[in-house]
Amino acid sequence: MEFIDINSRNEGKERCTAQVQAVSAGAEHRWGFFLLPLALPVMLLVVWEVLSRKGFIRPTILPPPTDIWQVVVEMTVSGELLKHLLISLERVVKGFSVGAVLGLISGILIGLSPRIERAVALVTGLLRPIPIIAWVPVLILWMGIDEASKITVIAIGSFWPVLLNVIQGIRSTDRKYLEVATILEKSRWMLLTKVILPSALPSIFTGIRIGIGIAWMSVVGAELIAASSGVGYMIMYARELSQADVMLVGVFSIGITGLLIDYIIRTVESRLLKWNV
Amino acid sequence: MSSLTQQLLSITGLSKQFAINSETVQALTDINLQVTPGEFISIVGASGCGKSTLLRIIVGLDSQSSGEITLGGQAIHKPGVDRGMVFQEARLLPWLTVRDNIAFGCRSNATNVEKCRLVDEHIALVGLAGFESAYPHQLSGGMQQRASIARALVNRPKVLLLDEPFGALDAFTRINMQQEVLRIWEAEKTTMILVTHDIDEAIYLGDRVVVMSSRPGTIKKIVPVTLSRPRDRSDYDFVQIRKEIYAEFFEQSPKPFAYAI
Ligand SMILES: Nc1ncnc2c1ncn2[C@@H]1O[C@H](COP(=O)(O)OP(=O)(O)OP(=O)(O)O)[C@@H](O)[C@H]1O
Ligand SMILES: [Mg+2]
Repeated sequence: MEFIDINSRNEGKERCTAQVQAVSAGAEHRWGFFLLPLALPVMLLVVWEVLSRKGFIRPTILPPPTDIWQVVVEMTVSGELLKHLLISLERVVKGFSVGAVLGLISGILIGLSPRIERAVALVTGLLRPIPIIAWVPVLILWMGIDEASKITVIAIGSFWPVLLNVIQGIRSTDRKYLEVATILEKSRWMLLTKVILPSALPSIFTGIRIGIGIAWMSVVGAELIAASSGVGYMIMYARELSQADVMLVGVFSIGITGLLIDYIIRTVESRLLKWNV
Repeated sequence: MSSLTQQLLSITGLSKQFAINSETVQALTDINLQVTPGEFISIVGASGCGKSTLLRIIVGLDSQSSGEITLGGQAIHKPGVDRGMVFQEARLLPWLTVRDNIAFGCRSNATNVEKCRLVDEHIALVGLAGFESAYPHQLSGGMQQRASIARALVNRPKVLLLDEPFGALDAFTRINMQQEVLRIWEAEKTTMILVTHDIDEAIYLGDRVVVMSSRPGTIKKIVPVTLSRPRDRSDYDFVQIRKEIYAEFFEQSPKPFAYAI
């Protein structure tokens, strides 16, 4: 017999909607599902090619896709494309590692302690709105034109999104779980490692994805301004030689690499966050 | 009742006020309750009469405004593993498997071997064998609540507090879980205090049913249930006790005629 019974079945509903989503995702596993994202790029390429061949677009400004592909093949065979890409990628990995680790540590400290947050609020508030590109000349002045300044630019670029998302993730830890840990007399360390950080993990991953995206953009920015290697340099150099095709190869390889990086992180994320449905 | 030294949990003159926007809300007023070791206490009362607040104070998540609670003669001020709690939502950590969730309940100073043994024992106790490596979202509501009970019991607390643990379950699962709790209580001999909206559940499980009234939140009556277990909900004495408790809630409403026995 049930007496006064309010707000009793909320959880059941949430479980149901989660299952419905899972079922409809399974039904979509058909060819159309995989081909759909390819339709638009293929269409654009065909239109572009046709317009170029008919003479509507001047090849010195925008060469047709088949010519660009030719250059991709040449540059791949000579190893030049890969060389520049790998140099840029190495800078990203170094700079992002520094920025992300600093962002994670400061984010945890600020997220856990309102005092620390107040103490640094003015400094972070002032530094955060500065565009990364504005740092490039300053850092060149301080650190010279070689690797250190570029890596620092990337570190600054990836620091902010990681920091903000870590803070947000830590703040949004459900009180209910904290209460459970309190009742079970867990140490502060256990609280952090078993409750707060896991619950912040989805947010932390968001920060990492945005951060690495910005790192990749920052490296190209830094290389466009001052470098003697890397994809950004490759594009700048091709502009000086008026090689539109090489420039476009550089531009698109940036996009494709970014896409790949994001895909890899998403895969890692879905492995690690199996529980997060 | 038994003498004072035999009391496990003793609540005397407990009151609690909350301040909401500079206004004070009297959540609990002069609560007195003595619980003997191994006893099963059910608490029923209208919504907002302070049942959750009482449990939260006993477990140490809130503190009282006045009055005293002692457990085994020691005054209670903060949370401790001698008291376990199960909430209406199972509150399992979504990122841990059933096994790890239950192991999360273990005392920090337990050795690994000890932990494993305790966890396995309690998985079996609540009937979750075979689901050790499932994540909470892969379990039904009833199974989640079983895991939550196991997590609370794995430390062998002196008192287990249950705050509407079956409130979110359907009627069938609820009756099934009531029998499970009874079985666990008989096996473990843990003292239990259960808050519920369901009068039948309170009578089915409790040695005593504490009836609380709201505004101010206080104990109105304590009804002893001396029926032998397992209890039959349609039994004559069961029905009489149910009538007695119903009368506490609806005494204001005019009675067309008195119950005649
Ligand atoms: N943290 C709080 N701050 C202010 N007031 C509170 C707080 N917690 C509870 N109260 C007040 O205390 C009273 C009792 O609340 P409590 O949650 O204990 O009721 P309850 O008997 O458990 O109700 P229910 O059956 O609906 O769960 C309510 O009037 C509520 O507004
Ligand atoms: Mg309540």
